[in-house]
Parts: sequence; C-alpha cells; structure tokens
Amino acid sequence: MIPEFGHFSLILALGLSVALAILPALGVYRRDALLMQTGSSIATGLFVLLAFSFGCLVYSFTQDDFSVAYVANNSNSALPMHYKVSAVWGAHEGSFLLWTLIASGWTLAVAIFSRGLTFDMKARVLSVLGLLCAGFASFLLFTSNPFDRNLPFYPADGADLNPLLQDFGLIVHPPMLYMGYVGFAVPFALAIATLTTGRLDAAWARWSRPWTNAAWAFLTIGITLGSWWAYYELGWGGWWFWDAVENASFMPWLVGTALIHSLAASEKRGVFKSWTVLLAISTFSLSLLGAFLVRSGVLTSVHAFAVDPTRGVFILVFLILVIGGSLALYAWKASGIRSDAQFEWTSREAMVLINNLLLVVATASVLLGTLYPLLYEVMTDGKKISVGPPYFNRVFVPIVCLLFVAMAVSPFSRWRRTSGDILIRQHWPFLLATPIVISLVTYVVATGINFITIGVETLAVWILVLLARHWWQAGSISSASQLGMMLAHTGIAVAILGVVVTTTYSEGRDVRMNPGDSIDLAGYEFIFEGVQKVRGPNYLADQATFNVTRDGEFVANLRPEKRVYSVGQNVMTEADMDPGLLRDVYVALGENVGENAWAVRIHVKPFVRWIWLGGLLVAVGGLVTLLDKRYRRIREVAGRPLVGTAA
Amino acid sequence: MTFNKSLLIPLGVFALMVVFLALGFGLKDPRLLPSVLIDKPFPKFELEDLRQPGRLRTIADISGEVSLVNVWATWCFNCLIEHPELLRISRETDVPLYGVNYNDDNAKALSWLARHENPYEFSIVDDKGTLAIDLGVYGAPETFVLDANGVIRFRHVGPVTPEVWRQTLLPVVEHLQGMSDG
Repeated sequence: MIPEFGHFSLILALGLSVALAILPALGVYRRDALLMQTGSSIATGLFVLLAFSFGCLVYSFTQDDFSVAYVANNSNSALPMHYKVSAVWGAHEGSFLLWTLIASGWTLAVAIFSRGLTFDMKARVLSVLGLLCAGFASFLLFTSNPFDRNLPFYPADGADLNPLLQDFGLIVHPPMLYMGYVGFAVPFALAIATLTTGRLDAAWARWSRPWTNAAWAFLTIGITLGSWWAYYELGWGGWWFWDAVENASFMPWLVGTALIHSLAASEKRGVFKSWTVLLAISTFSLSLLGAFLVRSGVLTSVHAFAVDPTRGVFILVFLILVIGGSLALYAWKASGIRSDAQFEWTSREAMVLINNLLLVVATASVLLGTLYPLLYEVMTDGKKISVGPPYFNRVFVPIVCLLFVAMAVSPFSRWRRTSGDILIRQHWPFLLATPIVISLVTYVVATGINFITIGVETLAVWILVLLARHWWQAGSISSASQLGMMLAHTGIAVAILGVVVTTTYSEGRDVRMNPGDSIDLAGYEFIFEGVQKVRGPNYLADQATFNVTRDGEFVANLRPEKRVYSVGQNVMTEADMDPGLLRDVYVALGENVGENAWAVRIHVKPFVRWIWLGGLLVAVGGLVTLLDKRYRRIREVAGRPLVGTAA
Repeated sequence: MTFNKSLLIPLGVFALMVVFLALGFGLKDPRLLPSVLIDKPFPKFELEDLRQPGRLRTIADISGEVSLVNVWATWCFNCLIEHPELLRISRETDVPLYGVNYNDDNAKALSWLARHENPYEFSIVDDKGTLAIDLGVYGAPETFVLDANGVIRFRHVGPVTPEVWRQTLLPVVEHLQGMSDG
C-alpha cells in the first residue's frame, strides 16, 4: 500500500505544480491580488506532497519491498541500513524524485523568504518555478516512475546497489549536487519574471545574488565531494577525469561563477544587465543540459544512468521548451535594456568583464570537448571518437591561468576607475621575487624544477599574499559579502596549489609484490605483509596489509581490499590511504598474479588534500555571503528602475 | 524601440545544439552491442553436460533446427527474472532451448534448476568461461538465436521478458523457420 500512497501523492504533486504554474500568473494577468497570493500556499502543499512521496520510497527501501521494481533493482536485504536509504537516489528514478523534491524545496524557500519582492514579482517567479516543477513531475510519472510494481512475480531478493555507490561520498554527493543544479532555477525564474515585466532594476540583481550564491555554494560542495569520491573509490588515484558527467556539473559552475561576478556589477553599477540575464538563463540551462546528458544515454560515461531513449526524447523536448522559450523571450525583451554607466578599462567593471569573458570561453571549451564525440559521430555516420584529458588540459589550463592573473589584482580595483599604481606598480617586485623563492624551495624539497608549475604556483601564492595583505590593511572586514569573497578566492588559490603540486610531484608505481617484499617510494618504505580473507556485510574481500615507514619510523598500516560483492559478483577495488595535509600515501590492491604475488599500485601524492580543502573554503565563502545584512533590508521599492518599460 | 538582432545569437547557438542532440538519437542504440559473430557459425566446443557428467556435448547436438542458446548462471539475478518466460517458451513452443551454464558451480546450478524447474533441453558446463569468451558474452543472461545450420543469426543481451520474446525474438525465430521450410 505504501508505494501506492507515494505514487498517488506524486500525481497530486503534479496537479499542484500545474496549479502553481497557472494561478499566480493568472492573478498577474487579471491584476487579482488574491490569485497572486495563492502561490505561497500551493508551494507549501507541493513540497509536503513530494516530501511524503519521497518518504514512501525511503520506507519501501528500508522494508525491503522487492515488489517495487526500483527497490528490487537497487537494493538487497543484506545491504546495510544507511545504504538502503541512500540507494533511494542510487539510480535514475529515485534520484530524479530527489531532484524534484529539491526543486519544490527551493520553490518553498522563495515563497517564504520573499518579503522584499513585490506581490507581482513573487507571483511571476513562483509561476515559473511551478512550471519547472510540473515538467519534472511529469517526467517522473510518465517515463521514470520509481513506484512501478513487479507484480505478480516479484524476486525474493534484490539485485543490490551498485557497489561503487556503497560509500559515504555517494550518500552526500548527489543531494549537494542537485541542491546546486536546481538552485540555479531561482535566479533563472527571477530573470524570466523580470524579462516579462520588462523592468530590469538594481533590486532584481540584489535579489538574485543570495540565491545564486547559495546554489553555487552547494554545487561547489557537490563537485568537491565528487572529486574526493573518485579519488578514493575508483582506485586510480586520480581526482578529476574530464568525464562527460563531471563536465556536466562543472559547466554550470563556471557560468554560475561568471553570473555571481556579473550580478555584483549589475547591482552596484547598473552595467552588463542584459548580459547578466543571459548568464542567469545559461547557468540553469547548462544544469538542465547536464541532466539531459546524464540521463538520456546520448553520451555514455562511467557515471551515466540507465540508457533510455524515451527519457532522452522527453528531456530534449523539455529543454527545447524551457531553454528555447527563455532565449526567445530574451531575444524579444532584452532589446529594451540599456546599460548607461561608463567605466574605464582599469575599473572593477572591466575586471568583471574579463572574468566573465574568460569563464564563458572556458565553459565553451569544456562544452565543445564534451559534445565533440557526439558531433563527430553524427557527422561521420557512426564513427566514434573520444576527447580526453589532453584536449581539456591544453585548452582549459591557459584560459584559467589568465583568469588567475585577473583574480589576483581585481579585489583591489575600484568601480569606475582604478589608479595604475594599485593595479601594476605595487605588484612587480613581488612577481619577480616569488618565482625565485619558489624555485629555491622546490630545489631544496623536490626533485626537479618545472617552469609551468613554478609559474602557476607564483600566481596562487600571489593571490594568497595579496588577500592576506588586504585583510591586514583593512583591519576589519566591512561586510559578510566581502568576507565571503575573500574566503572563496583564498579557497581557489589553495585548490590551485593543490592541483599544481600534486600533478607535478606525485610519485606512483605499479609493482608485483610477494609477502615480505618491500619497496621504496618518495622516501617511504612499503612492506607487504600478506593478504587475508575478510567478510563484510554483503561482500567477501582479500585484504592486504602494508606497513609504511619513513626513515625507520612507523607511519601507517594500510589495508587496501579487493572486494567481491555476493549478489552481483562485482569486483571492487577499495584503496587505503594515510591522508595528510602535506601528502597522501595511497595503496590499491590489484590482481592476484601468482601463488602469493599481487599487483600493487602505490602513490605518494603531495598536497592532494588541498584541492578539496580549497573547494570547501570556496563553498564556505559562498555561504558566508548569505549572512550579509543588506539582503535582509530590501524594501519593496528598493532601487531606482534603471530601465523604462520595454515593449 | 529597435530590435537588436545580436540578441538572437544565443537562441541560434542553442538551436544548433538541439539539432545535434536530436541527431544523437538517430545513432544506434548503445545497448545493441555488436556481435562479431552475427552470421557466423556458432563457435566449436566440447563441453560436459550439466546433468550427465562425463557426457560431452558438441556443436552437432544443437544444430539441425532453429534453436535458442541461453547463457545463464546461478549468481545472475536477471536470469531469475527471465526464468518464468524461458519455462513458458520451452513448454508452449517447439523451439529447442539450450543452456550454457557460465562460470558457475555444478552443485549450485543443479539445485537451482531443481528449485526453479529446468527449461533447457540440456545445459553445457562452461565453468572456465571458454565458450562464453568465444561467444563474446558481455554479461549473463544473453540469448542467441541459431538457424538450422548452427549459424548465429541474432543476439539478445539482458533478460528475455514476455515483450522481448513477442516483439524481438519470436519474429526472428519465425523468419528463420520460414526460410528453412521454404
């Protein structure tokens, strides 16, 4: 019965989201205040129904109800309880239910925290969000119903959750990622609502900022977790693979970053307004495109969900309606937007422009690399090609290096114009000194000197030192926004250092080892003590023991495993590592290659933690900006209208 | 108000992308794994019969009429899902169904058949997976349709559900039967 309640509740939710799409908008059309205000209560009802529906699915998982097809395909009675719950979003149907629930959550948040908006704007925004929720809910009901039953013949036990997903990282990674993806629906809805009114004022930008920052912070956390998970779970020791699905989350992040900066310029100086609206539309569009790529089977990838062309066609039509519709609206309405403020090329506005251009070019290069295999297949009638890290590294890295230069100087620029002294003259002694210092340090500590590495390290240290100096000179930070900005920039610099150092100075070896063998790598000695069988809740494993020492002193006992999950007979490599701020020691167990001999992969990765530490700092920075008092003081008529009525 | 044509650029870029994404669907379904063996004779083998240990089965035992060869295992969850349909096929049609018990344990396989009933004329023991390798088996269950000369004519990856049987396999079988009759 419970799954039917969930299903029924989902149907009701579809009805309510259609009502949310229509009623407030009708209120705007008829100038009926009562209709306009129905939005809040409908949004509440929508969230409650979806939460109930989601709860029913969680319940079916915890009760091992294998008559529900989705449960039977993704769970097993031997699965530990916390994985039974996270298995709810372990595959397509359930994860999309979570996506829809989160969409309704953001809608409810808009309904609650919208005191600053006029009734008219609030009604328009809620209608746009209702329309999106209706699209998501019908996608669930018509192509991906998680409550479908296997009756009358249902299996005695389930097919088990993919062992790759039986992991802490995968419990938290998708919800965070979806909070980010779907969160960008709010600035999108605001942009659409504003376009329909034709009044693009500073209040619009100010109102969009906290929502954009929040969604962006969640997306940052999601991407960081995904990278961390790939590092320790996939067993290759890499932290970013330029996989199509990773790129799908990275593109909205890049454009979202551009949007954050552009919104600041729009709010403070009234420039780039039309461009900012386009960025708001693009950010959410790229989120939807990401969903399409992952769920339609157009691109195949290690993370891709089950391939289903019907779903792909549904999402493609949805994309055409939402993205095509909003871009058409943009083309029609944005002509009336004028940016009248003037600025010089040394100004902060110019810095934002450079930031935006570079981020958009970076996104375009990632998008091209991601879609190129598809283009190629279509153009050559079925030949396949894959675009790998060499392309992305060659194209993406130079662009972001330029971006980092702008990032170092821009926090000290001023709106309108900046004196050349601040931008150029103060920096050159530092820019000369840093590479020399870093070269010396590298020469002492590490083995070789790589000029590109030193160049990028210089940039990162430069960013950090300038931020520290700014902090020091200002004495106190004037606002939460500024604090958040500095934290986020610090995080980026920390992540750059992590990326560069770990890429250049990591050492790794693949070796064959017998029990008792030892091997030296980067000053560490690894002694292979042997392999024993261990039994987990739903798997059997060969567990190796390595004793790691440095200069004769004990460092860690590492126990990497090779697991065989009993239900699907899937083999999983479970690497083990000794994490540290300055280096990770990493061991993965390969195949049994002889009597007692095993293939073993050993890595020593300096600074690799800095990548994720930096990512978390960036996210914290984004969240800190939400505490800014200005966002809570917006009055209904805040800001002068910068644009007359268009059309 | 003048209409600014450059504002149409984003829409144009998006439209172009949609065309390519839509064309992407026209490509072959990635689930249809190519089998290099289509229209090639079934690979030669000499393997023990599951129920009659010591009796070797060869290609001669499965050719002569249009037949189905199903790769299965007790560890394979989807094999259990397709099992009722295989039983029905063996009961209600005259198409012989042969099993290849893949990477399995004989005792387990026998008790599995005893528990769930045996739809196969006989099953071949492929405990080393040699035949499966020759067949290019991607994952159990897989079902091959052979014509009367023992040539592989069709390959289905994944469970044989009633829809798969009705819409995909049965038409192939009937087509091949028609050819050998005429």
